Amino acid sequence: MNYISFGVITVHFRSVKELIHEAEKRSIKLSAVIKEMEVEVQEYSLEQIEQRMLEQWYVMKESAHIGLKEPKKSMGGLIGGEGKKLNEYRRGTKTLAGQEINKAVSRALAVAEVNASMGKIVAAPTAGSCGILPGVLLTVQEEFNIPDKEIVDALFTASGLGIIIAQRASISGAEGGCQAECGAAAAMAAAALVEVRGGSPAQAGHACAIALKNVLGLVCDPVAGLVEVPCAKRNALGASLALVVADMALAGIESVIPVDEVIISMGEVGRALPESLRETAQGGLANTPTGKELNEKFLRKCVCQS
Amino acid sequence: MREYSCFDILGPIMVGPSSSHTAGAVRLGRLARSIIGGLPEEVEILLHGSFAQTYRGHGTDLALIGGLLGFNTNDVRIRDSFSFAQSVGLKFRFISTDLGDGFHPNTVKFIVFTKNQEKLTITGSSIGGGNVVITEINGYEIKLKGDLPTIITTHQDVPGVISRVSGVLANYKINIAFMRVFRKEKRKLAQMIVETDEQVPQEIIEEILKLEPIVNVRFIEPA
Repeated sequence: MNYISFGVITVHFRSVKELIHEAEKRSIKLSAVIKEMEVEVQEYSLEQIEQRMLEQWYVMKESAHIGLKEPKKSMGGLIGGEGKKLNEYRRGTKTLAGQEINKAVSRALAVAEVNASMGKIVAAPTAGSCGILPGVLLTVQEEFNIPDKEIVDALFTASGLGIIIAQRASISGAEGGCQAECGAAAAMAAAALVEVRGGSPAQAGHACAIALKNVLGLVCDPVAGLVEVPCAKRNALGASLALVVADMALAGIESVIPVDEVIISMGEVGRALPESLRETAQGGLANTPTGKELNEKFLRKCVCQS
Repeated sequence: MREYSCFDILGPIMVGPSSSHTAGAVRLGRLARSIIGGLPEEVEILLHGSFAQTYRGHGTDLALIGGLLGFNTNDVRIRDSFSFAQSVGLKFRFISTDLGDGFHPNTVKFIVFTKNQEKLTITGSSIGGGNVVITEINGYEIKLKGDLPTIITTHQDVPGVISRVSGVLANYKINIAFMRVFRKEKRKLAQMIVETDEQVPQEIIEEILKLEPIVNVRFIEPA
């Protein structure tokens, strides 16, 4: 049984604990449990869902490639080219954060820039947080020679945890702030990384919890309402955070607060945030003198163009 | 609590910059187009909450019009949707407003005038990650996610309508996934929403329309 049955209605797992328990009981990967669940609920074959995820992985790779190679200025003109800049800086140099983190962050920035210039990306879980999963997974694929098939599995692990975060908390900045977008993406990515590197399902759960704990309360305060500042750089935060906490979990460090309680807490904190800090562009960085000035500049530009 | 697919979380493949404010808006526009039954003559688009505050920076306006034109969420023409609208003669107007409490922060209300001078209202919300829900059509409260083929009937509120409609679907081996019936007043007009696992061909819609108590049938493609 890979689902809980209430009468005739079959439902998904409602907690990460149940997911981990199922995987450990049968000595299989989290992604195997999640794929079974997806096949059961959506009535597609295993091959179909794996193929669909693989196509999304190709789009992720392409978006990182485009963003690093041919960066464009964003719609609002506030960002563009930062991913490429970091990628060139880190090449052949000893850096403070190390090669893996800088590689992952430069890609996360690049994908976020493609998104901000109305290019094609995969929402992961949202467009505002679309750089984190491709950033870390592309890096780990290269560094450890991991085949696409295993990355696809890791993407299922990420989405399975994302389902529970969406159900028990939120994956919308308007509802839960940036912790629900870049925070959720980092938590999903951390769990995916642990699985790719051979960690246990429980370790993936700890990585997810630690990532989310570190961004609790993170507000969504886009300058001028654009998905540019600070969104791209929060993708950088999410990518570096995912790598660090995945290493922590693989080392055996545990989250004292269980992952499901962290997720519920994230939802509560999100609901407690004032509306000004939930994607309305009224508070936080959007409300700084520079943020307000950029907003006015952008509105003037819109009026002139229309 | 709703059921999510892995592809609600990772995905869609879309044109940026925002899943809720761009991709979700495209899907709301596409669903509205499907409910209307094609391109409207004229549309007034009321934006509420975060949609009202930040629509311009997210291209929400371009996305809603793109959806009404039938574009997909990954269609790079979205950034030019206003000029496409102009070329097909779609008249539109955006109004930032406050619809009141109880609405999701990303809510849009379409006030539509169809080519046959019918007036329609459609309200929907973008609830995160590109997922949407239509919450109102013509004053009737509904809940329509738009990820399954959907039939909406308007019918006389008399006994037996549900079994006759489901009978037609059963004859064609179409499985009903979800179903809901509601009305404003007893024994007057009622509405029924039927979400199905399979596509519903036009001839079946016409057969349902021929049933005596049925006044109107809309078929909505998943968006």
